[in-house]
Amino acid sequence: MKLKKGNITPILFMLPTILFLGLFIYIPLIQNFYNSFFEFSVFSQSKEFVGLSKIKELFVDEVAIIALNNNVKYAIISVLLQVFFALVLAAILEDKFFRRFAPALRVIYFMPVMISISVIALLFGFVYNPQIGLLNSFLELLGIEQLAKPWLGNSTTAIYSVIAMSQWQSIGLITMLFIVSIQKIPKELYEAAEIDGAGKIRRFFSVTVPQVKEATFVNLLVTVTGSILVFNEPYILTNGGPGNSSMTLAVHMYQTGFIKDDMGYASTLASLIFLLSAVFALIQIKVSKTGKED
Amino acid sequence: MIKTNLKKSTFPSTIPTNKMKLPVQTRITKNIVLLGLLSFAVIILYPLFWMFISSFKSYQEIYSNVWALPTEWKFENYSLAWSKGISSYFFNSVYVTASTIVLTVIIGSMAAFVLSRYKNRWIDAALLFTIGGLMMNPQVALIPLFEILTITNLLDTHWALILTYVAYRLPLTIILIRAFFLTVPKELSESALMDGCTEFGIYWRIYLPISLPIVITSVILTAYFAWNEFLFATVFINSSELKTIPSGLMVFRDALRTDWGVLLSGMVIATVPMIVLLIFLQKYLVRGLAEGSVKG
Repeated sequence: MKLKKGNITPILFMLPTILFLGLFIYIPLIQNFYNSFFEFSVFSQSKEFVGLSKIKELFVDEVAIIALNNNVKYAIISVLLQVFFALVLAAILEDKFFRRFAPALRVIYFMPVMISISVIALLFGFVYNPQIGLLNSFLELLGIEQLAKPWLGNSTTAIYSVIAMSQWQSIGLITMLFIVSIQKIPKELYEAAEIDGAGKIRRFFSVTVPQVKEATFVNLLVTVTGSILVFNEPYILTNGGPGNSSMTLAVHMYQTGFIKDDMGYASTLASLIFLLSAVFALIQIKVSKTGKED
Repeated sequence: MIKTNLKKSTFPSTIPTNKMKLPVQTRITKNIVLLGLLSFAVIILYPLFWMFISSFKSYQEIYSNVWALPTEWKFENYSLAWSKGISSYFFNSVYVTASTIVLTVIIGSMAAFVLSRYKNRWIDAALLFTIGGLMMNPQVALIPLFEILTITNLLDTHWALILTYVAYRLPLTIILIRAFFLTVPKELSESALMDGCTEFGIYWRIYLPISLPIVITSVILTAYFAWNEFLFATVFINSSELKTIPSGLMVFRDALRTDWGVLLSGMVIATVPMIVLLIFLQKYLVRGLAEGSVKG
């Protein structure tokens, strides 16, 4: 419909959205880049212009390198488990033989997705607890207690323990998304492949995988973006420690700003996080647009 | 089809022999796979089951025997958790979540109406503006939002959460609802216009009622987000009595130290509403996840 002159309804209807997005999304974004050039504190209104020095700081910040490294580990493990494993899991759940069990299993796998991350993280505090932890006592039960560790207190295992918890929580979500897109595949394709003598594994690779290519790509991008932004899990479980061993960029940003009170440098870190995640978000918007749209 | 027929006739013998051999072998692989699926289900369920069971135990019992069922079911853990703070976190969460839902759905559907019904340069720009909002993330906006909320004196009020939650839920909500609005037949609104219906009337009496399923989907996705959001809830709210459940649980943990049974009861209380929501409305939730292809 053409917009008629004098019809102010559209403007009135759009106005709240424009205000909300402008005030709380776009202005903060610009403000954040602007802040990267200043030295300032949470408690004072005054900002001191320091030019590029906060950005230079980024290149010699060892904690940022550890954090970036952990974000990359997060991304790699999440892609392997959440995208590839979840796709296989979804295909198995959609298989005829497992139809009977699939509905119950689907709900079980999906359950942690609905639970608040603070509950999950507190719960895994108990799972990883060195004295009473479920994980250590399970290893003891199996008779391999020499593998028991203070999982979160050990600088080599801390980040992997955090990542493992994230996988535990999120696999169900990606599996569900794959199930939805597998259900959209025309049945004839499978029937034809079966008549051609293709076994289950063959059918998975020559029918399922190509048919859910777009969903796979979107899930991949969502997972990578999520790994760049990850904050809650390491913040609640380890607060980046021990040392800085389980630091991620977002936790580093939070600590720099609100604990060390260096808001300028925290803004620089936030800008870095934005630039990294924006690349993947842009690709995602492009990809999901080609799929449907009017 | 021709290809398949050919194969069938060229190798008629391979199919029967396959059928003779496969069953035993496949039954074994199938059972192995099933075992794998079930063990994975146990890995997911056991910690949740443990949380529930242990929420009835005393500290000594959790400490001395992690695996056992409680010898004495301490239901008072729940009343203690409720009276020691969870009730106020719970009602704060209900208030913030409900307000976020109402504002997000009303503002979002109004924008979606405009973005689906009209076409010109400005509308295209507005659509781009909305979609662009998807790229921004709470983590990145944390410090500037903290400044804005300080200046406007909204810090440490529920509005700090409601307003920012609405802003971050709007882009996805608008895109979801707009996609549905685009499928509403033009004839409906044209005949309504003839009958003297206003633009607002078309939105309120035709578009909104027709789109109830997608509105429910948006409500659930927003509820899930607002109920569980942690970062803003931690940074923007300082007073313990204003905290929502996710950030309140952290205060709770620090205050209780060794009252693990009570802490676990609080965690169960925080979880139940979302599980109930999942059970009743899973159809809409799955649909929303699939169509929105998930954001935050």
